[in-house]
Amino acid sequence: MEQFPAVKRSKDGQPVQYLIVDDSVFARKNLGRIIESFGGQIAGEAGDGVTAISEYDRLKPDIVLMDITMPQMEGIEAAEKIVQKNPEARVVMVSSVGYQENIVAALQRGARHFVQKPVKPEVLYEVIKYVLGEDGVVASAAGAGA
Amino acid sequence: MKMELIQPFINAADAVLSQGLQSPMEIGSLSMEEEAYRRKGVAAMVRLSGDIEGRIIFDLDPPTAARVASSFAGTELPESDELVREAVCELANQIIGNAIAVLNDQGFHFRVHPPELHTSERGPKSTEDIEALVLCFETSRGSVFMNIALRYQITAEQAAAGTRSAAFVDKS
Repeated sequence: MEQFPAVKRSKDGQPVQYLIVDDSVFARKNLGRIIESFGGQIAGEAGDGVTAISEYDRLKPDIVLMDITMPQMEGIEAAEKIVQKNPEARVVMVSSVGYQENIVAALQRGARHFVQKPVKPEVLYEVIKYVLGEDGVVASAAGAGA
Repeated sequence: MKMELIQPFINAADAVLSQGLQSPMEIGSLSMEEEAYRRKGVAAMVRLSGDIEGRIIFDLDPPTAARVASSFAGTELPESDELVREAVCELANQIIGNAIAVLNDQGFHFRVHPPELHTSERGPKSTEDIEALVLCFETSRGSVFMNIALRYQITAEQAAAGTRSAAFVDKS
C-alpha cells in the first residue's frame, strides 16, 4: 500500500488517534491499514453505534471514522450523540450509501465530512488533513519545526 | 426490462471490483431465474425496504471468494478464513450501497439493511411479481454473481386504485 507523509497532532507531534466504527471486521481492518499508511494509530474499534459512543467516551480519539448502516444503532444517530456530548468530536462518515439525503443528514447531525466506500486512500488522507485543520500537521513540516 | 434500474448495480459492481482488483471486469452473462436460488459458494444477502423492496445476493465460489478477498485485503487469505466471508459481505455492502445511492438521488427512497451471510443451499423461489435477474461479472480473479430480486412497493393510494405492483424486471 502507498505510504503517505505522516499526519501528526500539532499539539504534541504524536500520531493521530482513530476510533474505527464499522460492523464489518473486514472493513475495519482495511481502514486500519489505510490509517497506518498515514502514520495514524488505531485507538479502538466498534461494530455498532452504541459501542461507538461508549468507546468514544473511554478513548477520546482525535478522529472517528463511522459507517452508517450498522445493527443496534446506525452511524448517523451515533455521530449525533457523540457530538452532542462532545462538540469538539471530529466524526467522518465512511459509507457506501452516499446519497445526497444521507450526506446532508450526517453533516446536519454533527459529522465533519463524508467519504464514500470503497475508500480511496488519497481521498481519505485529504479529508483527514482538512478535518484536523490546525490541530494536524504533516510530518515533514513537523520535523522541520522541531 | 427496466435497464435504468439495473444499470446502477452494473456500474457499481464495475467501479468497486475494478478498483479493488485493480483490473477491468466485464459482464459474462445476464439471465432471468425463475427457479429457487441455489447458492454457489460464499454468499452475502442485502435486503432493501421502502419504495423498492426485495433482496440482492452477491455470490462467489469459495476459491474465487478467497482470491477476491485476498486482493481487497492486500494479503493472502485461505478459503477457510472468516475474513473471506466478511470480505464478501463488505463487497456486497459497497456495491449495493453505491447503486442505491444513485437510485436514491433519482427519487427512490428505501432502507438498506446490513448484509447477512447467506448460508442456505437454496433460497425462495421467484414469484410472479419478483423475478430474479442474475448477473455474472467476469473478473481477473474469477466469476462474481449478483442475483437481484426486487420490486416496486405499491403505495396505499395505488393499492386503492387497484394498481398491480410493478416487477423490478418487466417480463414483457
